[in-house]
Amino acid sequence: MIPELGHFALILALLVAAVFGTLSLAGGQQGRADWMALARPGAQVLWLLVGFSFLCLAYSFYSNDFSVLYVAQHSNTQLPDIYRIAAVWGGHEGSLLLWLLMLCSWMMAVSLFSSQLPDAMVSRVLGVLALIAVGFLLFMLITSSPFERLVDIPVDGRDLNPLLQDPGLVFHPPMLYMGYVGMSIPFAFSIAALLNGRLDAAWARWTRPWATAAWICLTIGIAMGSWWAYYELGWGGWWFWDPVENASFLPWLVGTALMHSLAVTEKRGLFRSWTIMLSLIAFSLSLLGTFLVRSGVLTSVHAFATDPKRGVFILLFLAVVVGSSLVLFAARQGKVRSGGSFSLISRETFLLVNNVLLTTAAAAVLLGTMYPLVIDALNLGKLSVGPPYFNAVFAPIMTPVLFFMVIGSYARWKNDTVADLTKKLRPIAIISVLLGCAAPLLAGEWSALVAMGLTLAIWIVLASAAQIYRQLKDTVNWKSTPVSYWGMHVAHIGIAVCVVGITLVKGYELEKDVRMTVGDTVEVGSYTFRLTGISEVPGPNYKADRGSVELIKGDKVLRVLHPEKRTYFSSTMPMTEAAIDTRFTRDVYVSLGEKLEGEGKPAWAMRVYYKPFVAWIWFGCLFMAIGGAMAALDKRYRKKVAAKLNMDDMKGAAA
Amino acid sequence: MTMKPRHKRSAMIVGALAAIGIAAYFVLNAFQSNLVFFFTPSQVGAGEAPHNRAFRIGGMVKEGTVKRDNLTVSFVVTDTLKEVPVSYTGILPDLFKEGKGVVAQGQLNADGHFTASEVLAKHDENYMPPEAQHALDQAAIEKASKTLK
Repeated sequence: MIPELGHFALILALLVAAVFGTLSLAGGQQGRADWMALARPGAQVLWLLVGFSFLCLAYSFYSNDFSVLYVAQHSNTQLPDIYRIAAVWGGHEGSLLLWLLMLCSWMMAVSLFSSQLPDAMVSRVLGVLALIAVGFLLFMLITSSPFERLVDIPVDGRDLNPLLQDPGLVFHPPMLYMGYVGMSIPFAFSIAALLNGRLDAAWARWTRPWATAAWICLTIGIAMGSWWAYYELGWGGWWFWDPVENASFLPWLVGTALMHSLAVTEKRGLFRSWTIMLSLIAFSLSLLGTFLVRSGVLTSVHAFATDPKRGVFILLFLAVVVGSSLVLFAARQGKVRSGGSFSLISRETFLLVNNVLLTTAAAAVLLGTMYPLVIDALNLGKLSVGPPYFNAVFAPIMTPVLFFMVIGSYARWKNDTVADLTKKLRPIAIISVLLGCAAPLLAGEWSALVAMGLTLAIWIVLASAAQIYRQLKDTVNWKSTPVSYWGMHVAHIGIAVCVVGITLVKGYELEKDVRMTVGDTVEVGSYTFRLTGISEVPGPNYKADRGSVELIKGDKVLRVLHPEKRTYFSSTMPMTEAAIDTRFTRDVYVSLGEKLEGEGKPAWAMRVYYKPFVAWIWFGCLFMAIGGAMAALDKRYRKKVAAKLNMDDMKGAAA
Repeated sequence: MTMKPRHKRSAMIVGALAAIGIAAYFVLNAFQSNLVFFFTPSQVGAGEAPHNRAFRIGGMVKEGTVKRDNLTVSFVVTDTLKEVPVSYTGILPDLFKEGKGVVAQGQLNADGHFTASEVLAKHDENYMPPEAQHALDQAAIEKASKTLK
């Protein structure tokens, strides 16, 4: 009964979304207040229906209702409660329902926090979002309903992929989806502006906090995914340039460009077409991401589903969304084009340069991600593009981004001079080059790449610190400084922290694969590892071989690490569970490989890593997210009356 | 520093074109040298695979061929028609098993021995890597066409 109710709620949701979406869009166009009045309650009803449907599925999981095909495929009675709930989004159908729920939650948020927006705007925005929801509801109901019943009810379910039985799965996908789907809000705002034919500073001010909010979720989602891969996959890597990772990274890159382009559109009324274009691209890439992850065409660790029909539907949907928005853009773009000018040396220029670079980086990643798929689809052979390509391309493109980031935050709007900028930034540049080049010497091994990475990181931190210091020194000024200004600096420092982590891990990580018997030791860097024993331990739904490895520095045993090799009962699939000792400046990472047969004592393959500053990568992301939150919560976004724009207002210019 | 709008515009366009040109050069250059092609054991047997460039090979791990010597593992990858001996030093992914699909990346020696630098992991016990499946399908088509003749 419960699954049928859930299914029924989805059908109702489809009707509601189709009706109120069309009406509120038409109402916004024709200025009919009675139709526009449907938008907010419509979005709220939709949220309730989809939320109810989601709860029905969650209940089916919780109560082990194996008559539901999706539940039988992704859960079983041995699964701990928390993973039974998380298993709701462990497969294709449930992920889609989660996607939809996220979309409806964003709509709900727009309907609640939009009192300062004109009604016509709100109803257009919600109308566009409702039509996107219609697309996804149709997709679910036609090709992938999570509520399909089985005639032969199995006694027990098949189980959730053991890899996904981890706290990471509880939080990572919802956060990432929140970010993906959140990109639909700036998209809808852009479509609304194109339909309206008007795009002004007020529009940009409404759109900015939503774009930033989506970007925050995406940042946290990507960081959690990377962290999860790091500790769960047991390979010690934190980014694999896997197509699915790229799928989430692409909207992030474009979303970062979008946030900064929106800043220019708000402050100076420029880059309007470009801003619109970026928001269309960001959402298209989010949809493409869904397509990449969920159609199963990928050679990827994430691709669970393999059903071409679904891929075709998403591809069609993508074509309709992208195609129609591009046509609208082409038709209306003339009306929203920017006026105004700025000089070659100005904040606008530097923001534009970084926008172009970020988009270029996204294009390069897209090329490497899509090329093998296109070649395969055209039957021209099978090939893959590995991490070396992405590393070779990404680093040179991002290096100038880090450099210009600082200049952009120092340059004045509209017009600045090279002499002024040089005067302000010269001491910072000199200090950061000196420190950046000297710091690798401490590690005992100088490398140009490490020196460059550290120089750029120090450059960013010092530049932000100097601006923060100057602002704080001026007691009158710092109280009136908008929160978003501090947010910008926190986020930029976050980038620097992340760069430090990446640079030092890439420069100084150590890895050893060894064969060990009980009593053996292996040295990695200044650490010694001693295998003191291996025992079999039971888990809730698996049994594990658990190693005891002493981590020794000098003569002191720092701690005992317990890497595991688990075998899950339901699938007999082995799983490596790494043991990690995390400190502020380094991680030590041990994972247990397979048992090696041979004469004498039983031996095990072990993999041991030393990873300096690896945690900084994720801390940096956290800083970025906090900075983003500070920017999004700035109170000027909540003002009803558009304040007069002050063109020279440096302090409000959180880029 | 102020410029006439016309000059400013052309300066920006030239700058942008130059930047895009340089970026495109970097990207395509790196792209060209990092494409990794895939070959089935039959293709390797027919001498289609390159000898001095890394590529991927896929198929089944032949039953009873996995041998370990310390951390070096050797096994045979087959698509049921042709076989390629492979060796790999390091820790294998969790799902590596005899009789299961495998994809490995590495180089081919002059004597037809494949030295893998990477054995790719797939995270579902039922899941067949698409490349490995492709190799088996190709071999099945080949066999079928032979029986027809």
